[in-house]
Amino acid sequence: MSYAAWIILTASLVGLSCGLIGVFLILRKMAMMSDAISHTVLLGIVCAYLVTKEVSGPAMLVGAILAGLLTAFLVQWLHSLDIQQEASIGIVFTTLFAIGVILIATSVGNAHLDVQHALMGEITFIPWNTTVLPLIGSVPKATVLLAFVFVVALIVIIAFYKEWKLTSFDPALAASLGIPVLFMHYVFMTLVSITTVASFDAVGAIMVVAMLITPASSAYLWTDRLSVMLLLSCAFGVISAVIGYFIALWLDTSISGSMAFATGILFLISFIFSPKHGILAKYVRPTKAY
Amino acid sequence: MWSTLLNSNTQWVLFSTMILGIAAGMIGCMAYWKRQSLLSDALAHAALPGVIIAFLILGEKNLFFLIIGAAISALIGAWFIQWISESTRIAEDSAMGMILSIFYGFGIMLLTIANRTAAGNQSGLDKFIFGQAATMIRSDVYTMLGLALLVIFIVFIGFKEWKIYLFDPEFAKGLGLSLKGMNVLYTAVLVTTIVIGIQAVGVILIAALLIIPSASARYWTHSFKVMLILSAVMGGLSGVAGTWLSTLGNGWPTGPFVVLVAAALFILSLIFGKEKGLFINYLYLKMDAQKSNARLETGGMAK
Repeated sequence: MSYAAWIILTASLVGLSCGLIGVFLILRKMAMMSDAISHTVLLGIVCAYLVTKEVSGPAMLVGAILAGLLTAFLVQWLHSLDIQQEASIGIVFTTLFAIGVILIATSVGNAHLDVQHALMGEITFIPWNTTVLPLIGSVPKATVLLAFVFVVALIVIIAFYKEWKLTSFDPALAASLGIPVLFMHYVFMTLVSITTVASFDAVGAIMVVAMLITPASSAYLWTDRLSVMLLLSCAFGVISAVIGYFIALWLDTSISGSMAFATGILFLISFIFSPKHGILAKYVRPTKAY
Repeated sequence: MWSTLLNSNTQWVLFSTMILGIAAGMIGCMAYWKRQSLLSDALAHAALPGVIIAFLILGEKNLFFLIIGAAISALIGAWFIQWISESTRIAEDSAMGMILSIFYGFGIMLLTIANRTAAGNQSGLDKFIFGQAATMIRSDVYTMLGLALLVIFIVFIGFKEWKIYLFDPEFAKGLGLSLKGMNVLYTAVLVTTIVIGIQAVGVILIAALLIIPSASARYWTHSFKVMLILSAVMGGLSGVAGTWLSTLGNGWPTGPFVVLVAAALFILSLIFGKEKGLFINYLYLKMDAQKSNARLETGGMAK
């Protein structure tokens, strides 16, 4: 496959996995938690690097999962100590992120890991860093990791579809039916962490938030059915990834930045034209007669 | 190491980050009680495209104009967040996450373009992401200092009005205080504080300077006035100490060190704080247990 095809494939995988996870993020009203986790995953990656001395798939995944769970746990803990949820998210992620950045800037900073990379992603380098898989041949490492994470997320979500639906829309009812709500919360945080870390290489710490939240929010404006919303969100994710790539090519600029920008364009279109919640619909629809 | 402290430029930089920390600590208290801690994070990220556009239009790095660009872009972000969360069923925090990341992505796009030009590459625009106080020149320091002092002054003279506005908006309306006017003023000082901080602390971490000191101050007092003062002191301390730490290494970013100091103060407050601190809570728990033990024993004797 050509260089551009690999980049588009990788970016589309980011769009797919983020779109899938994003739907549950916004339904559970945890959009800012994903912002927090996307920042703290950096610390997980740095620590994994300090321990293993390499930036490889499995170590990074483990580091990211630990960092994500630590974030979720610390936020919950501070909140239980009577600090507002918002403030506790703010305290936890800025602190852990700052530690990660300091570690990179002072001790780890070298060719393997630098702050710029962490923030903007290095999707342009992905096709060169390949590994050989049986049957398929030479495949970029980041693409393999993303495909793996996407499959895991898909399996976990489909296998417990009913439970996810219930805990997202009505946690109280779910708890009374004996579904382990808190456990599912941490499983979900794990999914968010692995999706984030897999997308990290491609889009970096902050733009992954755009890929997680925006396509799902756009989908939320078009439909009331969860299954349709999931499909739409994934589709929007892929479309923004592809559009973003071509915008970047056209303007010769950052691919990840353009991808985030493209999710914004799709959202703007949904915001204006959505039949039920769009602005246009509000003007066009006749006001109810009393 | 001490010689850097005696350098007069460094002294000015340290002084200005202290004043910045004080302003941020005060505004942070208001943001805390308005439950808008994370809004400041979103606005800080949303300021990035404005900074770069101002630079691209001007062709040089003039802090004053960059701040104006940042403020406009942050206000557009704030307006979008409010519009989206009011007119659709999308929750406010989703709207914040979207605006934060889309504006930031747009900023990175522009930054990459700006960095391709020769002037852009040398201007150190990258430093706006994590902040580097050491790169500030004297005129930057004056701009920052002036605006931060203005913010502190506005909070100071309107203290009573701010308090009523935050805690009892209904009463404020009864007094004839314009809530709309207060809202506009509040947004203006919030955005000003955020944008003057981005050169020193960076767009990603400036929010921490608003969020963390106010949360720490909560552990020491129930009075809003004392909380405001304590938060200002802790903010100022974090600003100075963090900036100083970052000057010890070559090219170390300032933002993360400021956050680290603020976080250390937070942990101290969390443990030793007078109100609901972990240590005090533990002591109370122990005293309670002793009391009930004693009661049980005497009860047993009476039998």
